[in-house]
Amino acid sequence: MPKAHVASFGRFRRSHEFWLLLVILGLCAGLGFANAQFLTLQNLFDLLTSYAFVGILALGLLVVLIAGGIDISFTATASVAQYVTLSLANAYGANWISVFAIAIGIGGALGALNAVFIQKLRIPSIIVSIATLNIFYGLLIFFTGGKYIYSLPDWFATGIFWFEFEWGKDSSYGVNLQILALALAFLVTWLLLNRTNIGRQIYAMGGNADAAQRLGFHVFGLNILVYGYMGVMAGIASLIQAQLAQSVAPTVLVGKELDVVAAVVLGGASLMGGVGTVLGTFLGLTLLAVLQNGIILLGVSSYWSPFFVGLVILISVSATAWSQRERRTRSARA
Amino acid sequence: MSNASLRRRMVGLAGSGTVGTLLLLLLALWVVFAITIGDRFFSANTLQSMAFQMPELGILSLAMMLALLSGGLNLSIIATANLSGLTIAFLLTRYIPGSQGIAWVGIQALAIAAGFAVAALVGLLNGFVIAYLGVSPILATLGTMTLCKGVAIGLSRGNVVSGFPDPIVFIGNGTVFGVPFALIILAFCAFPIALMLNATPFGAKVYMIGSNEQATRYSGVNTRAVLLKLYVLSSLLAGVAAVVMLARFNSANAAYGESYLLVTILAAVLGGIDPFGGFGKVGGLMLALIILQVISSAFNLLNLSQFLTLAIWGGILIVVAAVPHFAGKMLR
Repeated sequence: MPKAHVASFGRFRRSHEFWLLLVILGLCAGLGFANAQFLTLQNLFDLLTSYAFVGILALGLLVVLIAGGIDISFTATASVAQYVTLSLANAYGANWISVFAIAIGIGGALGALNAVFIQKLRIPSIIVSIATLNIFYGLLIFFTGGKYIYSLPDWFATGIFWFEFEWGKDSSYGVNLQILALALAFLVTWLLLNRTNIGRQIYAMGGNADAAQRLGFHVFGLNILVYGYMGVMAGIASLIQAQLAQSVAPTVLVGKELDVVAAVVLGGASLMGGVGTVLGTFLGLTLLAVLQNGIILLGVSSYWSPFFVGLVILISVSATAWSQRERRTRSARA
Repeated sequence: MSNASLRRRMVGLAGSGTVGTLLLLLLALWVVFAITIGDRFFSANTLQSMAFQMPELGILSLAMMLALLSGGLNLSIIATANLSGLTIAFLLTRYIPGSQGIAWVGIQALAIAAGFAVAALVGLLNGFVIAYLGVSPILATLGTMTLCKGVAIGLSRGNVVSGFPDPIVFIGNGTVFGVPFALIILAFCAFPIALMLNATPFGAKVYMIGSNEQATRYSGVNTRAVLLKLYVLSSLLAGVAAVVMLARFNSANAAYGESYLLVTILAAVLGGIDPFGGFGKVGGLMLALIILQVISSAFNLLNLSQFLTLAIWGGILIVVAAVPHFAGKMLR
């Protein structure tokens, strides 16, 4: 048993996740040293709350990338789900269960539509999702006139605040809607990918779609599930984003799709399919969050924040590619 | 090449709109808009406004197309254009003398040259990271995109830099014998690139790399050098787009034209460029651009929302991409 532990740690030490973890720990130590505010519970809760939206979308995209596809229409899907759900809630009344049911339904349906185009018309996923991004978003703004919704149902605007506890003098913490949704999304995605038969099939299909088909996998059904899952995540993310922003702004989500792509691929998911882990996505997301947060806490002008993010992305992907190349040449020589 | 990627490539090839499909589509659109709009659609005014709007997207799409042909992608074109546009704008507004003269002309030329130099630097960075470090193009250019935007926002503090001398404004708004000058610039970009791709060894190598990079390298082509040059060229085209954009708006900003990014991919794929590389012609891209512009202008004349235009563009992309699938079914 201990031997197996050593072996699996050895494997972990060579993995992409290990290096990411080292970088993040280094960053955290440095930032904690430079600013006492960084390593506080307050900051942790703030970070989790504000990155929940990107995080939930990243988990959906992770599943799509592992399955060997790509989806960039999710910001438009989220905008549609958000607008329709909260308009209905305003007009007819609703509760937590019904708003999430509606948003999940809309997101899942739009996601599944992508899968139908990809599988039934044999169009590459990148083309389909660029097209559906424009279709969903264009129609949404056409029909709504791009008007914001400022008044949300009271219970929705208030949100939830569970397990409240006091810490120090006048700061109280609790699990809010964003943190709860993010934690659930991580749990469900981890279970789906690691503890279910379907999860193994998704990895296998992403590794080699032809082989999966010949083995008798139901490829069309799997794709409906994968793109539907992305849509469901977009639906959930859209609601917690509206709750945090306290409004529905149909034009602000579209354009953020590459932020999500960055988090997932920084976490080591391959665009070729078959590769990627929930832990990696968590670390990729953490790296981006810590970096952006740290820059602000260090007092650097927020105008320079994208510059440092870009620099870290470029260095991180270059280092990964370089180390893989080195390993290949070493094993070729041996 | 694995069976899977071979099949994906076949599907990609079949999924690209052929010139025939695009011409038929254009003809159909013309008939529909001739009926719904009438003479106004064919007026000189309409034609000229179309010709004014097309070049920016056209030049940026050419930049995207080059990367796509090699099996890559260049997400940094808009950010590059804005960074080099801001460089030009900064030099123009800071150093331009009040009176016209040699210095007045010289500073303008120098500013544009500096803009191209910035674009070339970004291209070198992209090319180096992709070709020599082996980073996948989507990741590398995602990084440089954020980096360039970061530098542009950091230096400009998100402000708009505006107010340029007449010759610069002419590039975006002037006409020569009724033809917008920007359209002439697009033609001066498109023809040499078409020639380069179809009639030079460099062009042949680009298509070969897009079809199978490994096989191309084993057949003795210095694929790294080709890719490096290709990404510099793609970046320089973004630099040209920068000049046209800042001239048309008479201003520059770190966030102009960001919605163009995915539209350039849409235009390229509609024009028959295989998103997995190896196939596609400049002619097809130009035809796709005309189709997109015709729809946009017609909807404008019909007083329909520009967002409906976006939705229709998306719909047309799916229809054109699905045509070979249905054609294949009919053949069987």
